[in-house]
Amino acid sequence: MIGPEALDDLVAALKGRGFRVLGPTVRDGAIVYDDLESAGELPIGWTDRQEPGSYRLDRRDDEARFGYAVGPHSWKQFLFPARISFWQARRVDEGGFEVREPPPEGAPFAFIGVRSCELHGIAIQDRVFLEGRHVDRDYEARRRDAFLVAVNCFEPGGTCFCVSMGTGPKAEAGYDLALTEILDGEHRFLVQVGSERGAEVLRDLPRRDAETLDLQAAGAAVEGAAARMGRSLDTTDLRDLLARNLEHERWDEVASRCLTCGNCTMVCPTCFCTSIEDHTSLAGDEAERVRLWDSCYSVDHSYIHGGSVRPSGRSRYRQWLTHKFGTWHDQFGTSGCIGCGRCITWCPVGIDVTEELAAIRATEEVSDAND
Amino acid sequence: MTPAKKPKLAVWKFSSCDGCQLSLLDCEDELLALAGEVEIAYFLEASRATVKGPYDLSLVEGSVTTADDVERIRRVRQMSRKLVTIGACATAGGIQALKNFADVGDFISIVYATPEYVSTLATSTPISAHVPVDFELHGCPIDKRQLLEVMTSFLHGRRPQISSTSVCTECKRRGTVCVMVAHGTPCLGPVTHAGCGALCPAYDRGCYGCFGPMETPNTPSLTRQLHVLGMGDRGVERVFRTFNVEAFEEARRDG
Repeated sequence: MIGPEALDDLVAALKGRGFRVLGPTVRDGAIVYDDLESAGELPIGWTDRQEPGSYRLDRRDDEARFGYAVGPHSWKQFLFPARISFWQARRVDEGGFEVREPPPEGAPFAFIGVRSCELHGIAIQDRVFLEGRHVDRDYEARRRDAFLVAVNCFEPGGTCFCVSMGTGPKAEAGYDLALTEILDGEHRFLVQVGSERGAEVLRDLPRRDAETLDLQAAGAAVEGAAARMGRSLDTTDLRDLLARNLEHERWDEVASRCLTCGNCTMVCPTCFCTSIEDHTSLAGDEAERVRLWDSCYSVDHSYIHGGSVRPSGRSRYRQWLTHKFGTWHDQFGTSGCIGCGRCITWCPVGIDVTEELAAIRATEEVSDAND
Repeated sequence: MTPAKKPKLAVWKFSSCDGCQLSLLDCEDELLALAGEVEIAYFLEASRATVKGPYDLSLVEGSVTTADDVERIRRVRQMSRKLVTIGACATAGGIQALKNFADVGDFISIVYATPEYVSTLATSTPISAHVPVDFELHGCPIDKRQLLEVMTSFLHGRRPQISSTSVCTECKRRGTVCVMVAHGTPCLGPVTHAGCGALCPAYDRGCYGCFGPMETPNTPSLTRQLHVLGMGDRGVERVFRTFNVEAFEEARRDG
């Protein structure tokens, strides 16, 4: 067990080991992930109210450090940044040139406040980028030594549905340390150790052993979160349900609302699509290849010779949803959704994936009859 | 190896405020490099000295609003191997296209002391309505990095890498908190063409749509959300009727 003040020691212990410490902090009306100089920058006493297309900060009546759900940012912006330079080339003499590969900057990272759903999100991106024949070297360099301090949820948001996806609210694996914040009685944190490195960092913090009452209070906090999910989703047979309903009329209905703006894919912790741009200097003596976050909502994303395969908003929304909840299973062996609810909250018009999937399930017979 | 003859660049102005031409002069760090690669043959905003055509690349600013403009843009096209339009006026008719939705005679009689001196068409139209255009660079004003990309791609014989996705794409890439979702601020970002780097939301303002409609703008859906955020019909009309009024009106008709 540690007290709230020991979080400062945690930040210092990680900094002392050379980590760039990142965690939640309040900025621009939201709880974002950014550099932490001290634990005083955590969103102390803040929470958020989330619903489809809406996010607002609110004051809590306590001093909770982690009394909020996930915000607009996710850890992928550090492990898989929006823009990286693959290589830069420079002409050195007539006919010759030299190529430089800029190394990833910022690593090693220490993330404080990683939610269980986010651990699952990182695990999914690990499969995408590190498994198989083609390892993403940039991701590998950023991910390799990352130190993860997980936080078990006790205050789920209005768009959370991790219980349905089997990804939370309790962190089960993939962390170095896991904290459970207990507000009942003395303000304290149960710390669970997930790795040798975690144990070693914990030894730097002022602490006491957990007692039965502490464990009970921690368990109750997480169980309470599981019972208060803002959303739920029936995942039974979801992959096949979608495969059977590619011409469902619901796709037209959702396309009338979808802005094809790409926000859902940008905030999704598992979306991994990129585009490549080659840039040259005016004189043509310097060149650079950069990788940028792309989205299956852009027309160019499915551009092949002669045009885009998915010119309509309907086909692009369907591609995203059927990949995330359906064909992801075929490709990577799991769902691509972690139930964090970001795509629901940060959709400017509040399209709710749980509602769309439920609508398709509820009206499947109608679709079949039309076929 | 003998140095290749430098391509000739011309910059033309039609009905406009000159702001996009200034974006070219704004390329302070790159201007010398540009002058090294092209012969700036015709650019009255920068120099009275001009070189006769034909020109390899013409940048055209401004919209067509007079009978003389109609003739002049045809001559410019004839003298230009490649013609690129720059800015909201040249690509969409500009803010002066507001007159397309009213009686130009009324405006003239109200605004000018001597209306009989004014000779103008009833509409303000983009350059592409009159002559074939090789590339349209959007923005009010255009973004100087994008202008450099267009000129660099021309010099090296490749297509410009200019994304036509939403401003939201740029907002999310730079990590800006969504002003619409988190603050309830009406924003045209989801239907607006990227290119500015999501400037306004980064300063806590909604997008004004300076770059015109994105590739597949769903304006009816955004309009419903603007109403949800408390904007009335008149407010919605006003936000869509600015620098790219004609392009957004077309998107709203098609939507």
